[in-house]
Amino acid sequence: MKKVIMGNHALSWGATLARAQVIAAYPITPQTQVVELLSEMCASKKLDAKFIKVESEHSAMAACIAASLAGARTFTATSAQGLTLMHELLHWASGGRMPVVMGNINRAMAPGWSIWTDQNDSLSQRDTGWMQFYCASNQEVLDTVIQAFKVSEALMIPSMVILDAFALSHTYEVVEIPDQDKVDAYLPPFNPPVRLTPSDPHAFGGLTGPEHYFELRYKLQIDMEKAPALIEESGREYERMFGRYLGEVEDYRCDDAELIFVSSGTAGYTGRVAVDALRQEGVRAGNLRIKVFRPFPFERVRRIAAGAKKIAVVDRNISYGHHGIFYQEVKSALYGKDHGVPVFGYITGLGGRDVTPDTFKEIARHALTKDEPDEEIVWIGVKK
Amino acid sequence: MKKEKTMKLSLPTEELMSSGHLACQGCAATLAMRYVLKALGQKTALCIPACCWSVIDGPFPHSSLDVPIFHCAFETAASSASGLKAGLEMVGDTETTVVAWAGDGGTFDIGIQALSGAAERNDDIIYVCYDNEAYMNTGIQRSSATPYGAWTTTTPVKHFKNRPKKDIDAIMAAHRIPYQATANTSYPEDLFRKMKKAKGIKGTRFFHIYAPCPTGWKCRPEDSIKLGRMVVQNCMFPLYEVENGEKYTINIKPREKKPVADYIRLQGRFRHLTDADIAYIQQEVDRNWERLLKRAEC
Repeated sequence: MKKVIMGNHALSWGATLARAQVIAAYPITPQTQVVELLSEMCASKKLDAKFIKVESEHSAMAACIAASLAGARTFTATSAQGLTLMHELLHWASGGRMPVVMGNINRAMAPGWSIWTDQNDSLSQRDTGWMQFYCASNQEVLDTVIQAFKVSEALMIPSMVILDAFALSHTYEVVEIPDQDKVDAYLPPFNPPVRLTPSDPHAFGGLTGPEHYFELRYKLQIDMEKAPALIEESGREYERMFGRYLGEVEDYRCDDAELIFVSSGTAGYTGRVAVDALRQEGVRAGNLRIKVFRPFPFERVRRIAAGAKKIAVVDRNISYGHHGIFYQEVKSALYGKDHGVPVFGYITGLGGRDVTPDTFKEIARHALTKDEPDEEIVWIGVKK
Repeated sequence: MKKEKTMKLSLPTEELMSSGHLACQGCAATLAMRYVLKALGQKTALCIPACCWSVIDGPFPHSSLDVPIFHCAFETAASSASGLKAGLEMVGDTETTVVAWAGDGGTFDIGIQALSGAAERNDDIIYVCYDNEAYMNTGIQRSSATPYGAWTTTTPVKHFKNRPKKDIDAIMAAHRIPYQATANTSYPEDLFRKMKKAKGIKGTRFFHIYAPCPTGWKCRPEDSIKLGRMVVQNCMFPLYEVENGEKYTINIKPREKKPVADYIRLQGRFRHLTDADIAYIQQEVDRNWERLLKRAEC
């Protein structure tokens, strides 16, 4: 069935098709339609779930974590201030190995109040132990929610499915809604190896001394390292069943590219348009859209970058006092690998300022005139 | 002829708590858990946020309880319990009683938002606050449950706590939850009966259990039970139930109200108080008691 739906409803449809059993959520612009549609799905019994209408995002995540511990499939969605209010509990979900799946609408952090997109909300949750999927279309949002449950539950690690405010959350696109029975075949019911039940009483998360804690965290990382193969496998399985591949990255015309943009989110699609235009102008450009940010797709990035002469990383975020965050990550992935590819870092589009094909062209013009980066950060489109 | 005296065992002998826990001597929070579990039985699940009980139960991988525990974040006892209940129901377990088990800091202070949210939604949980009147697990810092006049490490004697204890019971009554009660480990049958009653009610149920803490109150461990009796007899911590936020029932009305001074003088945390300070506390206790009597009359 094809439907024209907004990005937020793609999240709701994903959670519904995945048969989420417990949803706990709190409204925040620009996420509200996610929970509105889920409320309707629950009320109309289209979705057999308990929807806890909590009094804060903090309680939303707390409730999801505990419900997951009981063995229920759990979903929530939030944005910006809500996500950062959850911060403590994001560690709780991953550290406690509760495979909650959460939609996050990328929205710039206040102050001043902004409801428009950038990535600092989710990227500042980088080290919380969650997998992060940055989506570029409504179809990808829906599909990724289903895949995220599969990967999360296999690894017992939570996932964030991320989309840009307005550029995706409120933009209507044609989306293929998969058949429920096929989704059921792809994603069997959640059946965790351990769960909280009085019939087998255990204490979860009690005081853990130096003799045990280290190993718990080691195991979290070891399981996180299994994610790339699992994402590839489940992404190929999804392709076989639904006709759409869901991978760690999307490389567009990178094979013979001299200049490769590294982008994410909806800018990752804008990059493709820019690549086509630049190629018409004789610039052999390519676009590497990073979809999975955690775990970082080291292998893919290294392989694709190896053929390039220059790499231009487009960041819609910043680590104050350092660089754009994707820029840091790409450089760290390539360091010591003897690629010798100069990597340029660009910051653009903070607080929802448009990132257009012209933004990419300006970046290309800059990168093509330099042999190597001579500035820590190159700002694009800022009024200095 | 004298009647033959026999001892009647009024509580079940079944124990869901074992020895080997890590509580201090004379800890009433420990007794509270033991009695509550006797009333609720094995089909119980606990959400315990940061509090003394996150230590008392024992370090990973040990536990002194025969019921499952989720050690949750400090401010999430109620929201975790709501989620746990929903999760258990969705996997087919509709019988288990889910209990949020928090200290006064986790209830009166950092957890009050989540508690208020769960109570307003009337989520099907029992929330138990064992109240030892300060942050005891972190080393005796004042909370909004600390009574007027008390010394703590953050209210040194020169600047003792000069605000009254927050009236959490009135706050909960204002939520119109189906059932709430105060309780005290010095009156175990009363605690047991009320917890049994609560188990049979659906919706949010709230228990405020007075829990002497010899370590933090600077009193003798052997006085914990005595203090629990005194605090009911002098009307500082009356035992009562409230149904639907309106119907108050006072469980014990002392025939002769005892002076608070005797209670205060048993505890080092009040040692600095002058007779005038104690007179002020007496006056406040009298006022609160009168207010409660009025509520119970309505």
